[in-house]
Amino acid sequence: MSELSVNHLLGIKDLTKEDIELIFATADQFKDVINRPIKKVPSLRDITIANLFFENSTRTRLSFELAEKRLSADVINFSASSSSVNKGETLVDTVNNILSMKVDLVVMRHPNPGAAVFLSKNVDATIINAGDGAHEHPTQALLDAYSVREKHTDLVGKNVVIVGDILHSRVALSNIFCLKKLGANVMVCGPSTLMPKHIHSLGVQVEYNLRKALEWCDVANMLRVQSERQEINYFPSIREYTMQYGVNMELLNSLSKEITIMHPGPINRGVEITSEVADSDQAIILNQVENGVAIRMAVVYLLASKRKLST
Amino acid sequence: MAGKVLIDAQHLQVMLNRLCCQLIENHNDFKETVLIGLQPRGVQVAKRLVELLENNFGCKDLKLGFLDITFFRDDFRRRDEPLQANQTHIDFLVEGKKVVFIDDVLYTGRSVRAALDAIHSFGRPENIELMVLIDRRFSRDLPIQPNYTGAQVDAIASERVVVEWKEIAGGDIITLTNDAEE
Repeated sequence: MSELSVNHLLGIKDLTKEDIELIFATADQFKDVINRPIKKVPSLRDITIANLFFENSTRTRLSFELAEKRLSADVINFSASSSSVNKGETLVDTVNNILSMKVDLVVMRHPNPGAAVFLSKNVDATIINAGDGAHEHPTQALLDAYSVREKHTDLVGKNVVIVGDILHSRVALSNIFCLKKLGANVMVCGPSTLMPKHIHSLGVQVEYNLRKALEWCDVANMLRVQSERQEINYFPSIREYTMQYGVNMELLNSLSKEITIMHPGPINRGVEITSEVADSDQAIILNQVENGVAIRMAVVYLLASKRKLST
Repeated sequence: MAGKVLIDAQHLQVMLNRLCCQLIENHNDFKETVLIGLQPRGVQVAKRLVELLENNFGCKDLKLGFLDITFFRDDFRRRDEPLQANQTHIDFLVEGKKVVFIDDVLYTGRSVRAALDAIHSFGRPENIELMVLIDRRFSRDLPIQPNYTGAQVDAIASERVVVEWKEIAGGDIITLTNDAEE
């Protein structure tokens, strides 16, 4: 198996275990490439990629852009704040206009769930979902799982807890799909107001007590409280959230074993985790960022290889 | 064993010994030289040569690396079967070094072209030489010729030169098979 079963990366839900393993194996090679003195390969020199960001992003946009450039693709960037979207243009029109400039791949972040699926059905380009509302963020889940695999060699039987705002998190949903496909045990932990109603149907355990969750797990993925998506107050105050669901060194040291701390970024230091924890040896937050470039190179490379050149 | 035997184990051993001598003639103590096996099939040739150089010819501290050329190939998106990457393992800089590429069969020259590109990710070598076990002459797509050759073979496009090693296949042998007949 050395080809993906899908033509677009819309969500982890569509991927098979073999797809994920192929992405990881390819990312291993790209991780080697980005640690060389010259960090570039010419594979995608005849490919043009548009990065369309209808929602703010720093890490994901930079990571995709770097990944694309390291593969020698031509890259154009677009952000909604400085575009005709504000003048009332529809998504399909915006994208079709960009595609008529002969673009092969579109990487898109959009505030509406399902935007990537919609686009894949309406335009003739390979679509990579870089986050669609509270739905999925597949490359983040891949790089998270890849980082756990790097630290713990294998995911089978590993206990991973996702802590925080599960309700608004696309990272949580994609992570649950990805970790379960790779054989890990998944638990979610957070205030009951931020827990989706039918979360059990995804086959995960639910825990409301942070200490119990941390005692159970090998890896804790601490999500950011997404204030921008919370139209009502889900908890009394940030201070109270931190007291119940924030991780500090004292809590970590009181656990019976050493656990790995992850965070998809951007960190609200002092809210989900303290600065001390974020900068400790147990945190692999910066490894996640480095792996993000390798994973995105792998995804872009594997999807581009499915666009056969017609001669 | 399918196909016609081109070179048997004994002949192969003589060939490898000769290639070692030729390398020593040009590179003396190998202080400024690095040997690079091209993935996937050049790796075994390179390993065997290094083993011989160290055990039979007393060479020491040889630098051996393996180079994968997948991301540098010129047929990305042009072939039906997907490309599978292999591991690159070069834990030294090639800046200012004499590089010897080692591969089993030289056919169109396109892999070597990709390798010439790929090696520059590790620095600017002083020069690059090419050693191959089998040179399929008259079938080159690019102006690339080996510096050291085990044997030359004339074969048509439907024929394949297969190099097998005792470490992997149970015996050292080089055969010529015809895909059209199989």
